[in-house]
Amino acid sequence: MNFQVNEVRQWIELTNEKIQRNKEYLTELDQAIGDGDHGINMARGFQEVVNKTSSSEYTSVSDILKDVAMTLMSKVGGASGPLYGTAFLKMSMALKDKDVVDYNSLVLAIDQALQGIIQRGKANEREKTLVDVWAPVVKFLQDRTTFHADKLIQVAEKAMDDTKDLMAIKGRAAYLKERSIGHLDPGSVSSYYLFQSLGEAIKGGS
Amino acid sequence: MKKIINDPNQVVQDMLAGIVSAHPDDVKQVPNTTVIARKDAPVANKVALVSGGGSGHEPAHAGYIGKGMLDAAVAGEVFTSPTPDQVHEAIKAVDSGNGVFLVIKNYTGDVMNFEMAAEMAAAEGIQVEQVVVNDDVAVEDSSFTTGRRGIAGTVFVHKIAGAKAEAGGSLEEVKGVAEKVVANVRSMGMALTPCTVPAAGKPSFTLEDNEMEVGMGIHGEPGIERKVISSADAIAEELTGKVLEDIDYSNSEVAVMVNGLGSTPEMELYILNNKVQQILSDKGINVYKTFVGEYMTSLEMAGCSVTLLKLDDELKELLDAPSSAPAFRK
Repeated sequence: MNFQVNEVRQWIELTNEKIQRNKEYLTELDQAIGDGDHGINMARGFQEVVNKTSSSEYTSVSDILKDVAMTLMSKVGGASGPLYGTAFLKMSMALKDKDVVDYNSLVLAIDQALQGIIQRGKANEREKTLVDVWAPVVKFLQDRTTFHADKLIQVAEKAMDDTKDLMAIKGRAAYLKERSIGHLDPGSVSSYYLFQSLGEAIKGGS
Repeated sequence: MKKIINDPNQVVQDMLAGIVSAHPDDVKQVPNTTVIARKDAPVANKVALVSGGGSGHEPAHAGYIGKGMLDAAVAGEVFTSPTPDQVHEAIKAVDSGNGVFLVIKNYTGDVMNFEMAAEMAAAEGIQVEQVVVNDDVAVEDSSFTTGRRGIAGTVFVHKIAGAKAEAGGSLEEVKGVAEKVVANVRSMGMALTPCTVPAAGKPSFTLEDNEMEVGMGIHGEPGIERKVISSADAIAEELTGKVLEDIDYSNSEVAVMVNGLGSTPEMELYILNNKVQQILSDKGINVYKTFVGEYMTSLEMAGCSVTLLKLDDELKELLDAPSSAPAFRK
């Protein structure tokens, strides 16, 4: 597995492409159970991230992840900005001083990101939030010792699909209670794009 | 979408510039931010009040900046909470050393972004306290859910906490009175039409010609119930009834706010108010003061909300105190 500055750059660019392509779809999902701005906010934020990272030079994975975090925090807004921003900040902190990111370090970093999301959003599993994608992904990664891109993508996709049948407890969808059942959680869908892109970036780089 | 805008991505910046040029004696924009502040901020020896949220709720929040109300308001994108760095800029711009008080509406994004900003400010040695407003009775309050939303009742928190700060109250005292308002204020809203977020370009939900949506918040999100539209009197009974169920207002004095959501004529708000007053009178609830108009809107949504605030002598005095805020001059 190779996870250096170039892979992070590719990860972010692939995520941005998927979000830009699915901006309307994310917004429609959010209109059903939220306030309809998830696609707009994520598209604005990730475009800024790519603008920032593509015009900067980095010597460490930690530094580029930190820039991603700060840009998301200052450009996205809503609940997604602090949640995704915190996730990338925790990854950056976990990988500080690592010259080479091996599998265990990456898994630890993603777990730290999940813990950050839980802490910031005060959410638990099965409350129909992005935690419902991040938690199964972390568990899957922890149960292995090497990186499997295809299986990671499958796990993330299934976790995303599973949010459909949940009743929202956290976030704006919680106000709809039973009416939230039957809809995918928009944050889980954008989290799926993130892990799908991670798989593609690492596979492409190895 | 048919709106008087230039570029959907520039609506917030264009609006902020317009606000400053409309009220140059009252407010200023903090350079390179989406923060509007009192012209004379930071005001020496005074606790500063900062509020804000997504844009699209005008005159909230910048309209409530002035002597006796807010020191700064932070504007996010339309219906999207402002980011922590912007809230942080607002806190820094108005702190006089006496501390900063944040008034936050209970939406997940607002709470997270304001909390992060408070952490950033606290790390720099600025004293920060906060209150989370959750006046909307449409949604249940339970420890298992996100809790109630903050809607039009927030304006009473701005007014009363602002008056307390202006009168020289300490950060703890401002927080105390703000919490008292939050404990005694309840609202409930309904909509006749959805609204269109400029960047989305289409309405957030659809309603048939004969339908109304009851119990929605102020972001164009769906409400708790959709039904066939009824008369103004029936709507007043439904909204006021839900509010009265929640707190025991009997034998008390209240402030009433009948709030328009953006495209409801004053005529309709006054018709509604008529029945609200009658309901309260029949129940022996004494109306101390009534506010009818647009205080917390939802872009061009047609609809309204009814807010009741149970008053005591302290709250009455602070409600009556002078305010120079353009949207709440008294």
